[in-house]
Amino acid sequence: MSFQTKVLTTEAKLFAREPGTLIVGMLLPAVVLLGIGLIFSPHLPDPAIGGKRFIDLLVPSMVVISLASLGISTMPARLVGYREKGVLRRMSTTPADPAMLLVAQVAINVLVAVGGLVVLMVAGNLAFQIPFPADLVGFVAAFMLGMSALFSIGLLVAAVAPSSAVATALIWPIFVAVMFLGGVYLPRWLLPDIAVRIGDFTPPGVQAMLDAWQGTSPQLLPLAIMALITVAAGATAVKLFRWE
Amino acid sequence: MNVIEVENIVKRYGDRLAVDGVSLTVEEGEIFAILGPNGAGKTTTVESIAGLRTPDSGTIRVHGLDPHHDRHKVRELVGVQLQESQLPDRIRVSEAVELYASFYPHPADGAALIGGLGLSDQRRTAFGKLSGGQKQRLSIALALVGNPRIAILDELTTGLDPQARRDTWDLIEAVRDRGVTIVLVTHFMEEAERLADRLALIDAGRVVALDTPAGIVGLVDAEQRLRFRPSRPFDTSILTDLAEVTNVSRTGATLTVSGSGNLVPAVTSVLARHRIEANDFRIEQAGLDDAFIALTGRPLAS
Repeated sequence: MSFQTKVLTTEAKLFAREPGTLIVGMLLPAVVLLGIGLIFSPHLPDPAIGGKRFIDLLVPSMVVISLASLGISTMPARLVGYREKGVLRRMSTTPADPAMLLVAQVAINVLVAVGGLVVLMVAGNLAFQIPFPADLVGFVAAFMLGMSALFSIGLLVAAVAPSSAVATALIWPIFVAVMFLGGVYLPRWLLPDIAVRIGDFTPPGVQAMLDAWQGTSPQLLPLAIMALITVAAGATAVKLFRWE
Repeated sequence: MNVIEVENIVKRYGDRLAVDGVSLTVEEGEIFAILGPNGAGKTTTVESIAGLRTPDSGTIRVHGLDPHHDRHKVRELVGVQLQESQLPDRIRVSEAVELYASFYPHPADGAALIGGLGLSDQRRTAFGKLSGGQKQRLSIALALVGNPRIAILDELTTGLDPQARRDTWDLIEAVRDRGVTIVLVTHFMEEAERLADRLALIDAGRVVALDTPAGIVGLVDAEQRLRFRPSRPFDTSILTDLAEVTNVSRTGATLTVSGSGNLVPAVTSVLARHRIEANDFRIEQAGLDDAFIALTGRPLAS
């Protein structure tokens, strides 16, 4: 087995041994959606939002839960922990490149986020007949770019935070902002206009996902911004990453 | 044959000169200790040998290779156990060994290595649940799993209880007996004295002495001291008359005789001639501690 495969499978095992992260990433979006759907009446068209069902408009915000938790909270925290404990440094004494640990972490978290999305879609469809995204290509693009942008910001935090305490201090404001602007704490139609406008263009770009879900092609500007953030934050993270 | 050649390396961190012209050579198959107080530049020196740091100036050759330029090859040849390097808490012993085995082209047999280090019962134990001694043994396993020619062990026994420390020493000797050259970094005088074939005494970024432990102790013209309880009272002038004796003092029933040269045979033969038995006879000899004080003007443990 090549060392890359071995690092990936070992990291996957370690990830699976901490069920908390797996549950948050895989199941929490669906659980929150089901909870909201059971408390409120998801089938009634709401005149306040143009006669649509609120549950259909809410579902992209549920994606934000797993993306933010994985990408800017648990993944950076784990990487900073690896640095702090000397895991990266120990690996750098071997012929293997410790960058593979980062690659493995990103790959695993992407897989879990995609898994969480699939669980959310299936659960929403079964429980509340939420249709699958109408513009599937547009949705996949919006999701992938939004995820990349958030994960890159998470990597940037992991790259520069000298300790777990600093990482936590950096992570929480970003996490809360992403969750708020993504419509997790309050549905976006209840947010002030300015917050909605900002949320359109900040990762993970929940409006683009909603547009695609509803069958409108997502606008290019938010997608371009996500791509730009991915490249800029990702490149800076790679450049600044502290191995010890 | 020299497997490591370090020539006049200098490493500066900001204003601080961590290594100030260190030169040393390590011969194949020996246990070479680098001894010195905390912050003396020991770790920076071995990390430079391992290619983890690049000295500002000076040259290093490991089996003829430059650790910076040929870092990949050097990392295959040199197994490193770093100070305070841990593993993820949930990784199991056998998983860690298999993972590290996958990093090398010709790894050792992981199961045999785990058995040899007395970790067979902990194969499925998570790193976070291991004792300090078990973690250190796993660290040694990871440093050896690539079948290295050289193993660098940095402060291996710090934080271990005395029994675990002695077990680790036996282990290091066993590794050397398998033909692996060992570079041992320590601030324990006793450890260097017990294990090292040769050692470099480092202080403030410089090598202050490089020799066998006995050779370094011999650099210091230290006083010897004898203590014993004589079987009967006697006039101590028979001892002070000896050329080798500089001083005799009494504490209760115990006499302390200091001097130099062939102090022991001189004293014992005089006592025998006067039919005085020396009970609880003890010789206090200078050690590396004393040598360090003599060479640097301050104690090693500080």
